[in-house]
Amino acid sequence: MDKNKRLDLSYSQMKWETIFKRLLIVMSAIILLLVVGVFFTLIVESWPSIKSLGVKFLWGKVWDPVNNIYGAYPFLIGTLLTSFTALIISIPFSYAIAIYLGEYNPKGWLSDLLKNTIELIAAVPSIIYGFWALFVLVPEVRKLETAIHVTPYGVGVFTASLVLAVMIIPYAAALGTSLIRMVPSPLKEGAYALGATRFEVIRSVILPYTRSGLFAGILLSLGRALGETMAVTVLIGNTSAIANTFKDIFFGPGNTMASVIANEFAEADHALYLSALIELGLVLFFVTVIINLIGKRIITKYTNN
Amino acid sequence: MDARIGIRNTKSILFKSFIIFLAFVVTLPLIIVLLYIIKQGVMQVNWHFLTHVPAPEGEKGGGIANALVGSLLIVGMSSLVAIPVGILAGIYLSENPGTKLSYYSGLCVDILQGVPSIVMGIVVYFWIVKPFGFSAISGSIALAIMMLPIVIRSTEQTLLLLPPSLKEAALSLGVPYHRVILKVIVPCGFAGILSGIILSIARIIGETAPLLFTALGSNYLTTNVRGAMESLPHLIFTYATSPYDDQHDLAWGASFILLMFVLILNIVTKLITRKWKIQL
Repeated sequence: MDKNKRLDLSYSQMKWETIFKRLLIVMSAIILLLVVGVFFTLIVESWPSIKSLGVKFLWGKVWDPVNNIYGAYPFLIGTLLTSFTALIISIPFSYAIAIYLGEYNPKGWLSDLLKNTIELIAAVPSIIYGFWALFVLVPEVRKLETAIHVTPYGVGVFTASLVLAVMIIPYAAALGTSLIRMVPSPLKEGAYALGATRFEVIRSVILPYTRSGLFAGILLSLGRALGETMAVTVLIGNTSAIANTFKDIFFGPGNTMASVIANEFAEADHALYLSALIELGLVLFFVTVIINLIGKRIITKYTNN
Repeated sequence: MDARIGIRNTKSILFKSFIIFLAFVVTLPLIIVLLYIIKQGVMQVNWHFLTHVPAPEGEKGGGIANALVGSLLIVGMSSLVAIPVGILAGIYLSENPGTKLSYYSGLCVDILQGVPSIVMGIVVYFWIVKPFGFSAISGSIALAIMMLPIVIRSTEQTLLLLPPSLKEAALSLGVPYHRVILKVIVPCGFAGILSGIILSIARIIGETAPLLFTALGSNYLTTNVRGAMESLPHLIFTYATSPYDDQHDLAWGASFILLMFVLILNIVTKLITRKWKIQL
């Protein structure tokens, strides 16, 4: 009787064990299904546009939903221009933070304080940056634009890039800091023993040693910049027409892939319009996923060695 | 000879000053933004502001009660979905590092982390909004998907750091596998998992883009999760771009509240990770 009861108990425990193990498998399979689902949904919903517009969608210069003409070129240019401008502005700062926190001052309260402050930059919601910049930065940019004799829109690619630059600094900086801290000290000590100054050690030992890792950090920042929506939507001015001179494109209003989706998705009133917007989303998805995966691959390869 | 050493040393010192300058300049924009939001927002916040819905366009007064309740409901529902799924998936990844499923799931976690939030909004629109209409639930689902990677990774990383002897000791006493995980492993890694959860909440509470086509926004104070619902970031977006000064004031106040949420959640995470010495 007693034995039977114990058998029953251990049987039910075993049953629970199997259920639990299956549950774990199901949950991680869900993650897999989610990504596959996202991918398929984007493909299926943008299929009308892919079918009827083809590859020339990407190079079409005119975006005119009223006359059913869809070309993604203005948004490609807008996205690439804002992202790369932001990236170029941000690189010196993220490198400086990585070198300072990784090499000059890796421990102590000042280092902790700076590290936490930098992390906080990434924590502030992007809509707050956008809102602040719309009321504070835009008038300043307008003054600057008047001073250098371009049309003073205030909003536009340049303003969006400035804000974007600040927002993406933490990603490359955090990764760079931890990688620079991982540089083996015998390497640095060897260089010091040969009489190198600190600057020479950084230039000819630390930076070459961490080059691919720092590059991966930049890729992560770029991935963020490409997909960033709200701050850019508020600041970029939202025109789908493309200006004639580079100066007007750079300082004038534009649109990115993310901002055009945010602005027009809700008002897309016919099937092709909607599916053209989703195709933009698909392109964005592809590009950010590839950039992120390359970045992650480099980091894993790098930290394993 | 001496002169060259002098030049090299000067160069080194100059470089160091330059690096320090650049590194600390970065904090300026953050400080400026924080101070500005606090200055503009703190004047708006009072009891009336927290308990009333926005006044009609062009009228003074009103508050953000609808967005406050909406944000808390939407984020709460996302957490209910994302936390169990994320922890269980994280346990699987840390327990079965070699399997095909864990390789591909891990890859998918990386992919999910990189998906732009606006794309998530589009996808959830087709999954839930198109068949069932705009709803707070659809917004929660979109945010839950954005929470998942952070919860999964922090669970996985924390559990990987635990010594294997813990699990071996429990198993050798004849404790069934699910009890080993739920009563030994997860409690030991609790602080790490908790800080991951708080961090993910801090991340999604300010997300606007996935809510644009899902929870939509509403001028009424509502707890009906099957209908459209306002949220703090969405309210800021709508009112920031409106032409009325009164609505800007509401948006400054809402920004202040949102910022406080984010700051507090981040500080709590910091305190937890510091107390238990976790590296996230």
